[in-house]
Amino acid sequence: MNVTRIMGLAAAAAIAVSACSGSSATPAPSAAAPASEAPAASSDGGAASAYTPPTDGGAAKGKTIAIVSKGEQHAFWQAVKKGALDEAAKLGVTATYQGPANETMVNDQLTMLQNALTNNPAAVCFAALDSKAAGDLLSQAQSKGIPVIGFDSGVDSTIPVTTVATDNIAAAGVAADKLAALIGDSGKVAVIVHDQTSQTGITRRDGFVNEMKAKHPNIQIVSIQYGAGDHQKSADLAKGIMTANPDLKGFFGANEGSIDGILDALKETGNENKIVAVGYDSGQQQLDAITSGVESGAITQNPIGIGAKCVDAAVDAVNGKTLPKTIDTGFYWYDKTNINDPTIQAVLYK
Amino acid sequence: MQATVATSRIRTLATGDSVQRLLALGALVILLAFFSFSVPNFASLENYRNILTATASNGLLATGVTFVIITAGIDLSIGTGTAFTSVAMGIVAVNWGLPLPLGLLAALGAGALVGLVSGMLIAKAKLPPFIATLGMLYVTLGMAQVLSDVHPIYFTDSQPALRGFFMDAPIAGIPNIVWVMFGGAAVAWILLNKTVFGRYTFAIGSNEEATRLSGVNVDRWKIAVYVVGGVFVGLAGIVLSARSASAQPSQGMGYELNAIAAAVIGGTSLAGGEGSIVGTLIGAFLISTLATGLSVDNVPQQFQYVITGLVVIGAVWLDIARRRGRA
Repeated sequence: MNVTRIMGLAAAAAIAVSACSGSSATPAPSAAAPASEAPAASSDGGAASAYTPPTDGGAAKGKTIAIVSKGEQHAFWQAVKKGALDEAAKLGVTATYQGPANETMVNDQLTMLQNALTNNPAAVCFAALDSKAAGDLLSQAQSKGIPVIGFDSGVDSTIPVTTVATDNIAAAGVAADKLAALIGDSGKVAVIVHDQTSQTGITRRDGFVNEMKAKHPNIQIVSIQYGAGDHQKSADLAKGIMTANPDLKGFFGANEGSIDGILDALKETGNENKIVAVGYDSGQQQLDAITSGVESGAITQNPIGIGAKCVDAAVDAVNGKTLPKTIDTGFYWYDKTNINDPTIQAVLYK
Repeated sequence: MQATVATSRIRTLATGDSVQRLLALGALVILLAFFSFSVPNFASLENYRNILTATASNGLLATGVTFVIITAGIDLSIGTGTAFTSVAMGIVAVNWGLPLPLGLLAALGAGALVGLVSGMLIAKAKLPPFIATLGMLYVTLGMAQVLSDVHPIYFTDSQPALRGFFMDAPIAGIPNIVWVMFGGAAVAWILLNKTVFGRYTFAIGSNEEATRLSGVNVDRWKIAVYVVGGVFVGLAGIVLSARSASAQPSQGMGYELNAIAAAVIGGTSLAGGEGSIVGTLIGAFLISTLATGLSVDNVPQQFQYVITGLVVIGAVWLDIARRRGRA
């Protein structure tokens, strides 16, 4: 008994320590900027932006909200976790957070959701790796009367009371507009995406491609490749594209691993500052590249806000409030000029 | 009289790998009791059922790989092999629209095929098992993705019976995937303990050269061992697909290590010649009890890895210490 408890305490201490060191690195982490402030948010999401988060836990105080995410080890998920745990502490609820080791572990994630339901939490926040595969467990949650909040990517089911997510289509569209402007609205560009099965992979690719087709007819997308979010693999793909298209003018990397790979490839082939690169998310390598100008800019989601809003929505659901179908957590375009703004700094991670 | 029987019984149990099995069983009982008393919500029928369900796929993989390990071999392809067998079932039962039983056969056949290729590479081409099956790890993962075009295949709409039968029609309150595991283990026990196949499996692992010199066609039996292991990969593929109602083309990386850990905790020696199905099952239950208990207790994942690792090391260390004491 004691061993588990001690392990738990040690873990809690470790989280507390890492949370503290995290907050010293970022100036204003607790105040996740609301979606309406997003300077580049071209999505006038109507009902989505109408959501006002609770300021008090109300009847949910002291209850447990189980969060089952897609991962735990990536910086992005650490930021989501931090946002969720901070918000839970603020509202006086307990949040637990689990996620599988990588984003292919569908069955392992189902086991985690199952274990989370065993504890009869007041609400469950769930970022499905494969929402169709989770259908049965979601019904189980429903029959137990546990409200489900979908987050990050949509849960393809009618059971979740709301979905807390970034409007990736709109965000990738902004990336397309920015890239187009940077290369003079004509020429060849290429896209490296993390995968072609996940919601984020599909929506970011389509958001980018559709915007280019609709608004920038003189820009040709010569290649769309999938690098599994792996730096090295994405770098090799990017090099292949450059070999095949010596007149390439721009790259779009659809997540942190993809853009990092593109940056590696530009460096290795001596094409830094010759080919324009725009990215997604943050991470040390990307932040450095943007500061030095090698990367022109990137879209950042608001991972801290995603974590915080899913806890907000869970608290509201427990308190019986009606929630909008989707809650947009906003996104920002950031580049050399605004990377040090407190609003941007608050949502970036290393 | 009775006392003598009892003593000799104890002596029998105290020799060989049965001690390891008893230790593993003791550890499992202690762990279950510990979690049941100390972790809120752990002691419920629903949760015990969850542990059984969570063990099914690993129990099957571990049972299959036990044969391989007893021959002093290893099979690293069994994890990603489940992606291949799941996808094979999905293609036959969903994409081609054939009846579900044919899909199940396709999964078993695909597993047997992988085992056959690995077995040939090892027995005929003389590749070390580690290398041959490491290669097959990537081949099966890649083939699963090629055949499925890297898209999950969903059984929900066209083959609802997969989930319906294996998950939602429990016998005695226990989902059928668990009965598949117990059934598979029973067949494996008979194969290992009551047949020529089992005797040669042990013989090859104890002393391959002596077995060959005594006139046994070692190559053929070795291939058969990998084929049997492969059939269990097929069963595990079915079980995993039933749980998620889908064939996931990227699943399984790392599952092989969980299965090998279960076999080792249960007293199967990586040096070959020793092992048991009962021990392996206990090992598989130990791993999923540990994982479920720590998860329900909200112990963060990083600590779950550490604790699971320590249990594997502890189990093998105990085994070695015991052997040294005996020698």
